[in-house]
Amino acid sequence: MGEPGTKELLSLEELEAAGSLHTGRKHILSILVENQAGVLTRVAGLFARRGFNIDTLSVGPTEDHNVSRITLTVDGALHPIDQVTKQLHKLIHVLKIRDLEPEHTVARELALFKISVEGPQRAEVMQICEIFRGKVVDVTRRSVIVEITGTTDKVEGFERMVRPFGLIEMMRTGEIAISRGRGET
Amino acid sequence: MRAVDAIMECLKAEGVEVVFGLPGGANLPTYDAFVDAGIRHVLVRHEAGGGHAAEGYAKATGRVGVAFATSGPGATNIVTPIVDAMMDSVPMVVITGQVRTDLIGTDGFQETDTLGITMPVVKHSYQIRSPLEIPRAIHEAFHVARTGRPGPVVVDIPVDLSRADIAYKPVTDLHLPGYQPTIEGNAKQIRQAAKAMASARRPVIYAGGGVINANASKELFEFATADRFPVTCTLMGLGGFPAPHPQWLGMLGMHGTRSANYAMDEADLICCIGARFDDRITGKLSEFAPHAKFIHIDVDPAEISKTIPAHIPIVGDARSVLTKLNKEYRALDVETSRLDEWWGRIEGWREKHPLRYDDSTDAEIKPQYMMEALYEATGGDAIVTSDVGQHQMWAAQYYHFNKPRRWINSGGLGTMGFGLPAALGAAVGCPDETVVCIAGDGSIQMNIQELATCSEDKIPVKVFIMNNGYLGMVRQWQELFWDKRYSHVDMGSFPDFVKLAEAYGATGMRFTDKATLVQDMRHALATEGPVVVDVRVTREENTYPMIAPGQPARDMVG
Repeated sequence: MGEPGTKELLSLEELEAAGSLHTGRKHILSILVENQAGVLTRVAGLFARRGFNIDTLSVGPTEDHNVSRITLTVDGALHPIDQVTKQLHKLIHVLKIRDLEPEHTVARELALFKISVEGPQRAEVMQICEIFRGKVVDVTRRSVIVEITGTTDKVEGFERMVRPFGLIEMMRTGEIAISRGRGET
Repeated sequence: MRAVDAIMECLKAEGVEVVFGLPGGANLPTYDAFVDAGIRHVLVRHEAGGGHAAEGYAKATGRVGVAFATSGPGATNIVTPIVDAMMDSVPMVVITGQVRTDLIGTDGFQETDTLGITMPVVKHSYQIRSPLEIPRAIHEAFHVARTGRPGPVVVDIPVDLSRADIAYKPVTDLHLPGYQPTIEGNAKQIRQAAKAMASARRPVIYAGGGVINANASKELFEFATADRFPVTCTLMGLGGFPAPHPQWLGMLGMHGTRSANYAMDEADLICCIGARFDDRITGKLSEFAPHAKFIHIDVDPAEISKTIPAHIPIVGDARSVLTKLNKEYRALDVETSRLDEWWGRIEGWREKHPLRYDDSTDAEIKPQYMMEALYEATGGDAIVTSDVGQHQMWAAQYYHFNKPRRWINSGGLGTMGFGLPAALGAAVGCPDETVVCIAGDGSIQMNIQELATCSEDKIPVKVFIMNNGYLGMVRQWQELFWDKRYSHVDMGSFPDFVKLAEAYGATGMRFTDKATLVQDMRHALATEGPVVVDVRVTREENTYPMIAPGQPARDMVG
């Protein structure tokens, strides 16, 4: 292929198009937005309008009070992530989007489990809780509430373990994520 | 000063010379400000008319079109033009009234969530929450509407805030950190594109509305003629390249020419400039241009690789990129004769498959002939607007546009009722030009009320209704794909368009004879003021050629 500035032409056969539109994996998008009324509606509306599904979504303030961060996860097997981010960029209140690389990212979510326990089951649940480094935050004669923080895999692992005891309720925040190292997310 | 007077100052600072609108309760203060503002206001008869007029004005002049509407029904009536402007990238600012702030959320009289309704169909929008925000919002609205990929911006102003007393200072320090359109294309990519074009043996330039919006037709011409690149344009791009030119293949797509569609089908390199591979262009996507590599130039990065993965993507303004591309191309040692074989192939298609129709042998006016007659009567130099349907396609095929901003139609949304108000807006923007609206007998009735606007404001548009008594395009589809089971497409014989024109204060005419059609049309064009001509054409004529829905381009029929 010709170097810039040379007159050498290039062969069309060597041209390659941008890779597949679908990546096939989960993507965590970290989106900085102006802290203005209606921003979340615009983001959510864009996903609905373009037929993209949001798997999880969390919104919160950042160190700068003019700016909020939306962290959302999207399935790259179902949706063209490149198109999702380009469309998001067109929203004027969207300042920055990072498609976080899994290996360079710390991702966490918080989950609360209300589990039905009777007698000896309590000890068993508490043991599982300890293995998952969870915290028991409420106990009654017939239930416990456990707080778990971690990756989606960990939360789902805990859910599988305690479901047989009788899962009364489960609440999850959706992931938030931050990039590793000194640089900004 | 009152916030509404500040609005007028903003409009003046933005160079607005005309507003299309209709007053109501929630924008009474704004309309009070019009009395002394010295800005022309065209009172339309329906807010949809106002929105489309603003679009027509914008498309004809390249400036931002401005439309005003009141809250509730005023705002919902203008939603269609907003979507239309979004789909066709038309710079437009729509200022809507809103109920007073203490009524918002209470289902007040004429309250609607204008921002919510329009959110998925605007480039951007503003809900005013403090009167102090008004000047900045309006200046930002104009900036966003006209830059990058143009589009509609809505500013929704509660009536109580519009009456507040504020200090107005022109806003010159616009700061939109999340909005920085890329104008200059990447130099290395442009060089790659030039080299690829120089290597291609079967290249095609496929240009769209982006060339018109960027005022890049001169640059397109220079690039195309730097070699002998065949050029085709989309419906939105017509006039971007002069139609009577040896390198012109005609329009491409569903009702494009065979030469254009076959060239795309066999091309080894397609250079797409300001177009977006719409389904009406590609036909069956998986079989679209199977041998081609793609250069895609667009100011909107989201269009690149949206449906067709690009091999050389270039984000930038068409004019800026084409200027550089041309320079790069001309610096290369190019073998022009490499295109001889390709041109031989194209000439073959041209000879074998010109645009054609079976003309009548009696007085009957074929719709295609009507368009040829209009081309002749206007000297090919009118601004032509159209509605949506068969007449639109025939106009696109047979009125050979040779300049940009002469062809104004609703492409993406396909809005019936667009043509008349758009013609009105174009005529306001270009008072020295002949402005013609080609309409169908179905679509003209969707905004016919704007004839009153034309008569009152002495806006001399010439409306030619291609009257076949059918919703013609739907009839054609029912004939071809639904076993000719006609369902609710026969429009019957009402209204009498001549009498209707007269009732609206326009001149009405009816033409039925092919022999005198050109001269009759000249007479209509020379008649002062708005004119409506009812042209009776063949009832069941089909628009051909055609890529049947879901079929590949090489299987065109008709």
